[in-house]
Amino acid sequence: MPGEDLEALELRLLLDAIYHHYGYDFREYARASIKRRMWRRMMEEGLATLSGLQERVLHDSACMERLLLDLSINVTSMFRDPTFYAALRDKVVPLLRTYPFVRIWNPGCSTGEETYSLAILLREEGLDGRTRIYATDINGTVVQRAKEGLFPLERMQEFTQNYLRYGGRCSFSDYYKVYGDRARFDPTLLENAVFAQHNLVSDASFNEFNLIMCRNVMIYFDRALQDKVHGLFHRSLARSGILALGHKESIRFTSHADAYAEIDGHEKVYRRIL
Amino acid sequence: MTSFRLVVVGGSWGGLDALGKVVALLEEGCSFALAVALHRAANSPEGALVSYLQARCSLPVSEAEDKDAIEPGRVYLAPADYHLLVEPGRFALSIDAPVQYSRPSIDVLFESAADAYADESVAVILTGSNDDGCRGIRQVKRRGGVTLAQDPLTAVRREMPEAAIATGAVDQVLPLDRITEVLNDLGRS
Repeated sequence: MPGEDLEALELRLLLDAIYHHYGYDFREYARASIKRRMWRRMMEEGLATLSGLQERVLHDSACMERLLLDLSINVTSMFRDPTFYAALRDKVVPLLRTYPFVRIWNPGCSTGEETYSLAILLREEGLDGRTRIYATDINGTVVQRAKEGLFPLERMQEFTQNYLRYGGRCSFSDYYKVYGDRARFDPTLLENAVFAQHNLVSDASFNEFNLIMCRNVMIYFDRALQDKVHGLFHRSLARSGILALGHKESIRFTSHADAYAEIDGHEKVYRRIL
Repeated sequence: MTSFRLVVVGGSWGGLDALGKVVALLEEGCSFALAVALHRAANSPEGALVSYLQARCSLPVSEAEDKDAIEPGRVYLAPADYHLLVEPGRFALSIDAPVQYSRPSIDVLFESAADAYADESVAVILTGSNDDGCRGIRQVKRRGGVTLAQDPLTAVRREMPEAAIATGAVDQVLPLDRITEVLNDLGRS
C-alpha cells in the first residue's frame, strides 16, 4: 500500500508471517493494542524493529511461544466490576435455576480470574452441582495455568475487596490456601469444568450454552472480527441464552444487535431473543 | 493548514479540577475531539467524573466505550481500570498491564494518538505527581503534533508537567486559562 508508513507496513507483514507460518490469525486484531504488545515483545527480545521480530518469530518457535503468551495474558482481577457479578447473581441466576443442567462458556479465560469468580458465585448460589463451565483460551499454556488455580498472594487483598463489594456470602479466604507467595484456589470449585484450547478467530462452535461470559476479550479485536465472533457466540447460544460482555463493550456495532434483548444495559448482560 | 482533530489530555493529582477549568470555556463547534486520561482508582464510580465535568462544560462528555467513533466537539474520558487507545477515527480499550502503575496510562493514550493522528494531534499535560506522559508527549512532538504543559507554578502537583517540560518536547508552558485559549485557537483552524 503506497504511502503506508514503514512501521505500519512492518506490522502488517509480521502479522501475515505469523498467520502463514503458525496459523494464528491476528490480522484483525485492533491495531493500536496489538502494536503495543508487539513492541513490548520486540524490546524484551532486544530487537530494534518489527521486521527483526518477524525474523526471530519465524525462525525460533520459542519466541513465538513467548509472543503468544504476551497476546493471551490480560491483567484482570477476580470479581473485577463487582456490580457485574451482582447483576449476574440477581438477574441471570434465577433464569439458570430453571434449567436441569447449565452449560457456561468462558472464552478468553486467560489465567482464570473470571472463571474462578464465576465458580465461586455458582457455588454460593447452589448451582455448581448442575453446571459445567467450559473455560477456553487461544493459548494452551494459560489454560493450563488457569486450571492449576494458583495466583499471587499479593493479589488477594484486591480480590477480597472486590468479593466483599460483590456481596459474597462467605469469607473469601475460605476459597484458597496459601503456599509461600501464592494462593491455591479450592480445586473442587472447577473440578467439573472443561479447560480447552479454542481460538475464537478460527475455531467453530463446539456446544450449545446457556451463558457465554466473554468480558474484555473482544476489545482486542477490530470491528470486523468482533462481528464474526458475535456470529460464533450467537450460533453457540441456546434459545434465551445469556451473553455477558465487559462494561465498556457494546453489541451496538455488530450485525447481531437485534438478536438480543437487554437484561442489564449498564452491565452489558443480554438475552438471545432471535 | 493543519486541522487539529484530536486533543489528548493527561493528569493525575489535581487533574480533575484542572481539567474542569480547561474544558469550561472550550468553544462548541471546534475541529477536534478531546480524549482524557486521568489517573483514578480502579473502582472509582463511573458517573462521577462525567457529571462533574459535564456540569462545567458545554461540549458533551462521556466515558469512551470500545470502538466508539471519535467525533469532533466531544469530550471522552478513559474509563477506570482500562487503557484508552486511539485508532484512526475510533477508540479502542485494553486491559494490558498497568504502565508505571497506571491504568489508564497517559503514555498509552498519547503514543497511540501520535500514531493515529500525527500532526493533527495536540497533547496537554496537566498537574500530576509522577512522570507518566513523558514518552507520549515526545512521540506526539516527533509526529508533528502540538504539545502543551500546564505551568508547574500554577499546578497543584508540579512533578508531571515538570517531567514533561524536561523532555524538551513541550512547545508551550501555560497557565490553565491560556491552555484553553490556545485550544480554542487551534480548534478554529
